[in-house]
Amino acid sequence: MMTLKVNGQDHQIDADPDTPLLYVLRDDLKLNAAKFGCGLGQCGACTVIVDGKAVFSCVTPLVLLEGKQVTTLEGLGSVAAPAPIQRAFMEEQAAQCGYCIAGMMMRAQALLQRNSKPTDDEVRAELAPHLCRCGTHMRILRAVHRAARLMDTAELTPERKGSAQ
Amino acid sequence: MNSPVMLDRRSVLVGAGALIVSFSLTPGFAQHQDVPSPTPPASPPGSLKISPYLDSWIRIDADDSVTVFTGKAELGQGFKTAFQQIAAEELDVPFASLAVVTADTGRTANEGYTAGSHSMQDSGTAIQNAAAQARALLVGEAAKRFDLPAESLRTENGAVIAPDGRRLGYGELVVSDLLHVQAQPKSQLKDPATFKVMGQSIPRVDIPGKVTGGEAYVQDMRLPGMVHARVVRPPSYGAQLIDCDTSAVEKMPGVVKVVRDGNFLAVVAAKEFQSIKAMNALSAAAKWQENVRLPKQDDLASVVTSLPSQDSVIFQRSDPSAVAQKTLEATYTRPYQSHGSIGPSCAVAHLADGKMTVWTHTQGVYPDRQAIAQMLRMPQDAMRLIHTEGSGCYGHNGADDAAADAALIARAMPGTPVRVQWMREQEHAWEPYGPAMVTKLKASLEAGGKIADWNFEVWSNTHSMRPGGAGCLLAAQHMAQAFAVPPAKPLPLPEGGGDRNAIPLYTFPNAHIVHHFIPDMPLRISAMRSLGAYHNVFSIESFMDELAGLAGADPVEFRLKHLDDQRGRDVIAKAAEGFGWRAGERPPPGRGFGFAFARYKNLAAYCAVASEVEINRETGRARLVRAVAAVDSGQVVNPDGLTNQVEGAIVQSMSWTLYESVSFDDKRITSIDWQTYPILRFDAVPDRIDVHIINRPGQPFLGSGETGQGPAAASLANAIAHATGKRLRDLPLTRKRIKDAIDA
Ligand code: FES
Ligand code: FES
Repeated sequence: MMTLKVNGQDHQIDADPDTPLLYVLRDDLKLNAAKFGCGLGQCGACTVIVDGKAVFSCVTPLVLLEGKQVTTLEGLGSVAAPAPIQRAFMEEQAAQCGYCIAGMMMRAQALLQRNSKPTDDEVRAELAPHLCRCGTHMRILRAVHRAARLMDTAELTPERKGSAQ
Repeated sequence: MNSPVMLDRRSVLVGAGALIVSFSLTPGFAQHQDVPSPTPPASPPGSLKISPYLDSWIRIDADDSVTVFTGKAELGQGFKTAFQQIAAEELDVPFASLAVVTADTGRTANEGYTAGSHSMQDSGTAIQNAAAQARALLVGEAAKRFDLPAESLRTENGAVIAPDGRRLGYGELVVSDLLHVQAQPKSQLKDPATFKVMGQSIPRVDIPGKVTGGEAYVQDMRLPGMVHARVVRPPSYGAQLIDCDTSAVEKMPGVVKVVRDGNFLAVVAAKEFQSIKAMNALSAAAKWQENVRLPKQDDLASVVTSLPSQDSVIFQRSDPSAVAQKTLEATYTRPYQSHGSIGPSCAVAHLADGKMTVWTHTQGVYPDRQAIAQMLRMPQDAMRLIHTEGSGCYGHNGADDAAADAALIARAMPGTPVRVQWMREQEHAWEPYGPAMVTKLKASLEAGGKIADWNFEVWSNTHSMRPGGAGCLLAAQHMAQAFAVPPAKPLPLPEGGGDRNAIPLYTFPNAHIVHHFIPDMPLRISAMRSLGAYHNVFSIESFMDELAGLAGADPVEFRLKHLDDQRGRDVIAKAAEGFGWRAGERPPPGRGFGFAFARYKNLAAYCAVASEVEINRETGRARLVRAVAAVDSGQVVNPDGLTNQVEGAIVQSMSWTLYESVSFDDKRITSIDWQTYPILRFDAVPDRIDVHIINRPGQPFLGSGETGQGPAAASLANAIAHATGKRLRDLPLTRKRIKDAIDA
């Protein structure tokens, strides 16, 4: 039994310590967003945020996560109250099958948390570990830039907003 | 003119699983019918032909809710949204008030496979006409109740409205069997000029759930008491399981069962990771005898052309007045390529009370049910297949096999729902690939620089080994009472398989086109997005550029010179204009421009693509800088959805074309993950892709999901040739091949 903090809540997990986080999230916590794509750290479909950094949950064993904060796509927002990154992907219609998208969004979210105005090259470089087979790349890039703008606007206080215009 | 359907249902007799309906005909109609007609009556459009009852497409409930049923499966193309738009438009109900139910043997029509860009043509057309006819019936019913002529009534927001403002909601109007009538051949469709919902870029209904972690895929299903299974596949095709001591595995934590049936081996555990650990242990315990001899991968062209083939001339034209002056010959090849779905195939199966239910991302719930029922030697009506979305499939991937795996395992565990997901390595090694192909072209120019004769030969396997029978399923091939793989059949023209798009849309005075159909399949193959069209269009459109070069002509002008089809000419002109194509323009150093065009299957959507590439002469690396496409898919339902499809097609085709080939040694597939089967990554994504849509209001829907694959490939190859001065004819156009060509 160990305690795992996911999306701000503590969970008691009864799983072998070598169990990759991905299976704990999906199987024990019944979360859908992190996906099994390869289990090999090659595609990014399973990406979640651990202490602010994007990690492949498929190759991160439970034992390494004691005392850390795990965030999944579910922890960012909901259909009714979407986070900026979620709004941006909806507004850009940035999905075809969508299987790769949750992982992409989590890495983009981690990037935007540490760099609120990434250049296009920075976004491309950051997303390099991620595969999309449907060819949604152009929209994914647009959505990440849109998310950066949305976060920027959301963070501005009214005065700063005024002075920026 | 379409008058309200004058049929009253009299009685419904439910027989052995079939619904038998008899009608009493109103006098006028009956008299009309009494006269034996010399020609068979016209059949209704789209899939209404195979499932003519309106209520198998549209159901309206007393609470005004409207449900649309389609036998097609949503594969990430976004057509669920498009169908909802079509129905909302023709029924005059708010878009949001509709629900769409997709492929389910328990609820929807049998529309076969969701493939070949047929969804809009078949199902979209059926829904449009069914909705229009349902609306006419509702108006007819309201006319009776208002005692007013139908022509005086209008519809709006799910109600029929009389001139004096009285309204009757559809829910009130739809007495029990109003819509249980057969569709008429013709419908009174709305004037496209009045469309409010169709033609709009309505946001896709599935995206909000997918970007917030909703349950969206079969992979996300969790039924009460569900267990997790993993399959241990043989190391190579045809390998025999000679020994496997399962006792240690059976004692592993969480393991519920080991299932062994001949060469089929699987393990079931309470939790998913337990099943993976057990699978690894089981795999280590299994001893196989490998028998297969795979062909030489680096000599595929001669392997393919030397296999026995059935040859047929599929097109022939001659006009001796065209005199050949200069002749060119070329051979183009394509390797085996993977669908490479990002999510490995998955299914959930549940045997309860003698009935088997399978949730699957198959493209064809009905044919897959037939195959699985045959495999399990179960009656089909004891089995229900429900399409549940998976990761994008781009054709026949492991979906049907995973469904069969789940069903076979679930049969051994009555009462317990079983979820199976393949491992990455299994998807890569066992999916049925897009077949290797070879094309040989020879053509001559006449003195004026036009093509005098055109010879085209294509060698290919079939492009569909879909079930079919049980023999198409891996589990059925591997079980003790095994089913043999059925003999391959060529897919008939005009759509074709290996010869799909082998006949060019251009007009040449002399042409001779031969299809060499190869029945032997050294590697497991089946349908992959656009089938043979990818390689045939790559070949034709590359060769058109080679001939334009020989004629000293601009590639775009050269194409137009040989093309009579006006809609084809229009997309070519549109793509060229959008790209800023200028004859003879020199690209910046290290760059090249390319162009290509095709009409998918010569009967679906038109697509032209212009590309600009950048070549690193030191490394041979090619990058698509920008692409501009023009597409005509008839009446557009959702412009952004169409754009999304075409963008995706260009990006995916670029990945196939630059990087991808299945690798194997003399026994085993060796491209088994993303390291050994590299595909496009973000560093090679273009700067921009523009898609220009030529809308054709009121024209039939033309399938567009696959139209981009061939033109994108050839456009890219032509741009590489333009940049390097070297023509590459063997797919994929890898960095090494480009570098070798530059250095040669
Ligand atoms: S599933 Fe984790 S990187 Fe592919
Ligand atoms: S949207 Fe399908 S894999 Fe990316």
